[in-house]
Amino acid sequence: MPTSIDRNELQLLLTEQEAQLVEVLPASEYEDEHLPGAINIPLKELDRQTTSRLDRGRPVIVYCYDYQ
Amino acid sequence: MSPRAAWRLESIGFEQVYDYVAGKADWGSFGLPLEGAEGSETRVAAFVRTNAPNCRLADRVREACEHLEENGWDTCFVLNDERVVLGRIGLRAIRGRKDVTAEEAMTPGPSTIRPSARLRKIVERMQRQQLTSLPVTTPDGRLVGLLTRRDAEDALAAVNES
Repeated sequence: MPTSIDRNELQLLLTEQEAQLVEVLPASEYEDEHLPGAINIPLKELDRQTTSRLDRGRPVIVYCYDYQ
Repeated sequence: MSPRAAWRLESIGFEQVYDYVAGKADWGSFGLPLEGAEGSETRVAAFVRTNAPNCRLADRVREACEHLEENGWDTCFVLNDERVVLGRIGLRAIRGRKDVTAEEAMTPGPSTIRPSARLRKIVERMQRQQLTSLPVTTPDGRLVGLLTRRDAEDALAAVNES
């Protein structure tokens, strides 16, 4: 089950566990602005092929714009 | 959207999946940097004076605001112990109400903006409302600093030139 985290927990996961950040918004919104180090895989494109560049041995953090 | 993405990743076989549900709106509103075409250089956070004068409710205006004007400030924020903005003491009160407490002199509940606010919109607002400065706080009300209109206009002009 995915775990909801806040901003502080995110920063800890990045620094202590080399977590991977994935913005799941459309590419245009990612290009406008994104968290440092994040890659973009839009929700509509999330599949085995597009996620093959992610390391399954490290945590993956997904985010979008806000709670919506 | 991100909860569905997190579940989708799990369905693909990822075992360590986390969802930063508050997203980049939350990240930016706390003044943390963003990258991209509309990154941090067009946001208020980059131009905030973080050393804005502040005091506590029980402080006397005379002591709290001493040397304030000569150092170029025209405002002092009244904070609680959590650095939450409770009020603002403006120039008129600083000059004329020196013998009262900050609580008595302050204007309570000043309007605030977030560090993630777009510089262009804030400059328009300051010009429209003839504001010389605006306090910048986190979403939970903690003081980040002060954005002066002069700093904001200069920064916007630089962004427009680049």
